Amino acid sequence: MMKGLKKWRLFTLLTALTIFLAGCGQEEISTLLPAGEVAKDQFNLLLLSSGIMLFVILVVVIIYVIALLRFRRSKLGEDHVPEQVEGSNVLELVWTVIPILLVLLLAVPTVYYTYKLGNVSAMGAVDDDGNAENLVVDVTAKLYWWEFDYPELGVTTAQELVVPMDEKVYFNLIAADVKHSFWIPAVGGKLDNNVENVNKFYLIFEKDSRDLEEGVFFGKCAELCGPSHALMDFKVKTLTRAEFDDWVLAMQATEGATADKASADQGEALFAESCISCHAVSGVGDPAYLGVEHSGAVGPNLTTFGDRNRVAGFMDHDEKSLKEWIKDPQKYKPGNTMPAFDHLSDAELDALAGYLMGLSVEK
Amino acid sequence: MSSVAQKKGFGAWLWDWLTTVDHKKIGILYLLGGGFFFVLGGIEAVLIRIQLLHPNSDLISAGLFNQLITMHGTTMIFLAAMPILFGFMNAIMPLQIGARDVAFPFINSLGLWMFIFGGLFLNISWFMGQAPDAGWTSYTSLAITSEGHGVDFYSIGLQIAGGGTLMSGINFLVTIINMRAPGMTYMRMPLFTWTTFIASAMILFAFPPLTIGLFFLTFDRLFGGNFFDHTMGGNTIIWEHIFWIFGHPEVYILILPAFGIFSEIFPTFARKRLFGYTSMVFATVLIGFLGFMVWAHHMFTVGLGSTANAIFAVATMAIAVPTGVKIFNWLLTMWGGSIKVTVPMLYAIAFIPSFVMGGVTGIMQGAAPLDYQLHDSYFIVAHFHYVIVGGVVLGILAATHYWWPKMFGTMLSEGLGKLTFWTFFIGFHMTFLIQHWLGFWGMPRRVFTYMDGQGWNAANYISTVGAFFMSVGVIVLVINIIITTVKNERVGNDPWGDGRTLEWATQSPPVYYNFPQTPLVRGLDTVWIEKSEGNKSGVTPAVPLQDIHMPHGSIIPFLMSFGLFMAGFGAMFRLETSWGLSLLVFGLFWTFVTMSIRSVKDDLGYYVPKEEILRDMKREGGQK
Repeated sequence: MMKGLKKWRLFTLLTALTIFLAGCGQEEISTLLPAGEVAKDQFNLLLLSSGIMLFVILVVVIIYVIALLRFRRSKLGEDHVPEQVEGSNVLELVWTVIPILLVLLLAVPTVYYTYKLGNVSAMGAVDDDGNAENLVVDVTAKLYWWEFDYPELGVTTAQELVVPMDEKVYFNLIAADVKHSFWIPAVGGKLDNNVENVNKFYLIFEKDSRDLEEGVFFGKCAELCGPSHALMDFKVKTLTRAEFDDWVLAMQATEGATADKASADQGEALFAESCISCHAVSGVGDPAYLGVEHSGAVGPNLTTFGDRNRVAGFMDHDEKSLKEWIKDPQKYKPGNTMPAFDHLSDAELDALAGYLMGLSVEK
Repeated sequence: MSSVAQKKGFGAWLWDWLTTVDHKKIGILYLLGGGFFFVLGGIEAVLIRIQLLHPNSDLISAGLFNQLITMHGTTMIFLAAMPILFGFMNAIMPLQIGARDVAFPFINSLGLWMFIFGGLFLNISWFMGQAPDAGWTSYTSLAITSEGHGVDFYSIGLQIAGGGTLMSGINFLVTIINMRAPGMTYMRMPLFTWTTFIASAMILFAFPPLTIGLFFLTFDRLFGGNFFDHTMGGNTIIWEHIFWIFGHPEVYILILPAFGIFSEIFPTFARKRLFGYTSMVFATVLIGFLGFMVWAHHMFTVGLGSTANAIFAVATMAIAVPTGVKIFNWLLTMWGGSIKVTVPMLYAIAFIPSFVMGGVTGIMQGAAPLDYQLHDSYFIVAHFHYVIVGGVVLGILAATHYWWPKMFGTMLSEGLGKLTFWTFFIGFHMTFLIQHWLGFWGMPRRVFTYMDGQGWNAANYISTVGAFFMSVGVIVLVINIIITTVKNERVGNDPWGDGRTLEWATQSPPVYYNFPQTPLVRGLDTVWIEKSEGNKSGVTPAVPLQDIHMPHGSIIPFLMSFGLFMAGFGAMFRLETSWGLSLLVFGLFWTFVTMSIRSVKDDLGYYVPKEEILRDMKREGGQK
């Protein structure tokens, strides 16, 4: 009976907590609406710790309110001198032992999950043919954009991470300039992109991003990295494994693609003249290999620009924003390394924007 | 020298304050300096919140915003919270142990002026248009690439102020060890003295790493050192370790004195001795020790590996145990007491739930895998403001009201005090409670703007409105102080009526030699024991009336600090101006000369004659 009652209490508390915690937040970005196993583990730990912590707060507040109600001088009389109690060994022992037990209750799953989420031993595993068993993505954080290389597949993209669902995706993280931190709140906790060493971890994506209002998960930079830290966003698109393989094929098919200066398309000609030295339009670049002298691209790879959700990570994905961005990038992302192209005429900008919006591997 | 206010010109008055080595005056100067920077940091905070009122706001530019957050954090921690606490330690702790002064009055004054010049140095950056912008943690890959002199202001300014802090810490340690009145054993020391003691010991161990870190940073930026430049074989993560080996104990250096303040207030206004005094002392020592063992919990996401994360996670959680002991002891101090809700008590009562909320979210972050989600999000911002505002600032406000009559001889208005309390308290919870959810909803911290449509708009709006409430509270406090000072209604030795510790046995404000005769301490809560045995004066003298030895004032600490201040500018502009290098050399030379003067000049202090003390005592008797 008592046992059942206790279970019932715990269950109600956890249910109430779940409702309380999951009440709001956007699916694209909320840690309270986990979209993968890692985020779910972390959410469970959140529920457990919140439960313990609310219990502590509750006990304190109850004692506290009763003390305040019962022992007011206005009730006891101005001259009342209470007994000068020294303390109580029993009571003090009680409130030493109970917190120790509560801490243990939290410490055990904490240690378990720390090792579970930190386990990247399968990262380099290969099958009998020598092919990698798991997808590995190299993430290079730069001022203020993200480069995603798929070294095994020979594919490179930027600003929008494309991943298959329901499998472990391993990440190598590094920063090319200053420290950043890679965070996809809905899918799992962050890990820093240090400048001097590669950090490794994995995430599992379980929710189809097409079901989301925005069509993508939001990713953030979590470490202060200069003026435009707030704008260093990226997006995540999840696909089924088959679709992902198609996407990779489409990306690989762009090998050697380049903009032609003599093109009849004015936009392409302009791009070839002004942009190609920093921005590639082929998804098969020369992927930067981590751990060695970092090469990488100067600017984001634009092969999939037309498929993206945002311009520069945070502006609306339309030609108007794109043109404003090209004219004066410093205005929108102060401290970024792209020069302004304010000498272009409106007609040239239109053409350039039209060309960029047409860059797609998905259509 | 008489304590009667003699007619003095402005010059003499200013000279008196610039040269003072009296711990009570130095305490007041710390409060003034800290209070000024507290308001400054508050203005920075309000600007931050105004910028975040709406999404895509462009009121404040990205660069300026980063300067604001950096200076807000740096100012509040180094130039507001710590100096204000130092103010109370200076003003009250020697009285609590029945001492005449601190152990090294000259060094006390030097610590004060180094803090003031360090603080000025940091804030002059605003006028040069290049304030620090790499965050108060100044993580090095960003800090060494930050353009302009912003981060130099940070590293040099904090170096100067930090040196002052270290000296003060050592001074308090020696004072408490050596200068306790007869009978004041360690286990009879008031809790505020105990927490001052432990906090000072922590300063002794925590500030040297900061000094070294800032030294490396300065050399990296100004003299081409490569301690943190990874392209030259340096390592930025070393800075993170060094910073947090200082930075984590620092939060305990701040919170322990606040614990001490509340441990004085609860017994006074519950008219009951502190419950579990011994366990409170042990909990304080234990927290001080554990505070050094857990710095890496600030670095769970740096990639230290599972084993390091697991060890630091469990060690972090362990701190909950002694802290919990303290909370329950305070509760049981109130239990069975006779609680009078004055303004200081109001803060103490409000502190318990606020701080518990901040404490438990600290444990949540101690769970490393959960911290991967919470770290560097708004949840962290909420957590540390709950601890620092809900603990330290409430403690400071409580102490301000509690000890104001002792320090200034006049009582702050209770009515206005309550107004301050309610606006500040409501504003505080309004600002920061909702930020926990902002963190859960994925909002990173230190962002100068955010996109519309991420579900963060309403919460940010509420948070900003709360910040306005807090500002109103602080403005009312300033008005309260002005009105009280103008009215200047004098109060007696023990204005709260239930004072328990030694400071309540001397005059308000105390004469410059503190006690006419050194008191004899017969137990914990000395004054309470004396009063309950019918001794109205609250003190039994330990020695016959005799001449009192006191130190002379000195302008040298002021000049010494000014030399470092000049050298700082010299170092910064060494290369780009013609005068930089000369100023650097001159400033250091100046400091060295003042040090030499101090060393070779014999200053044995002076004696306050018995007759003068008798005269003062008679006049005091006459007033009653």
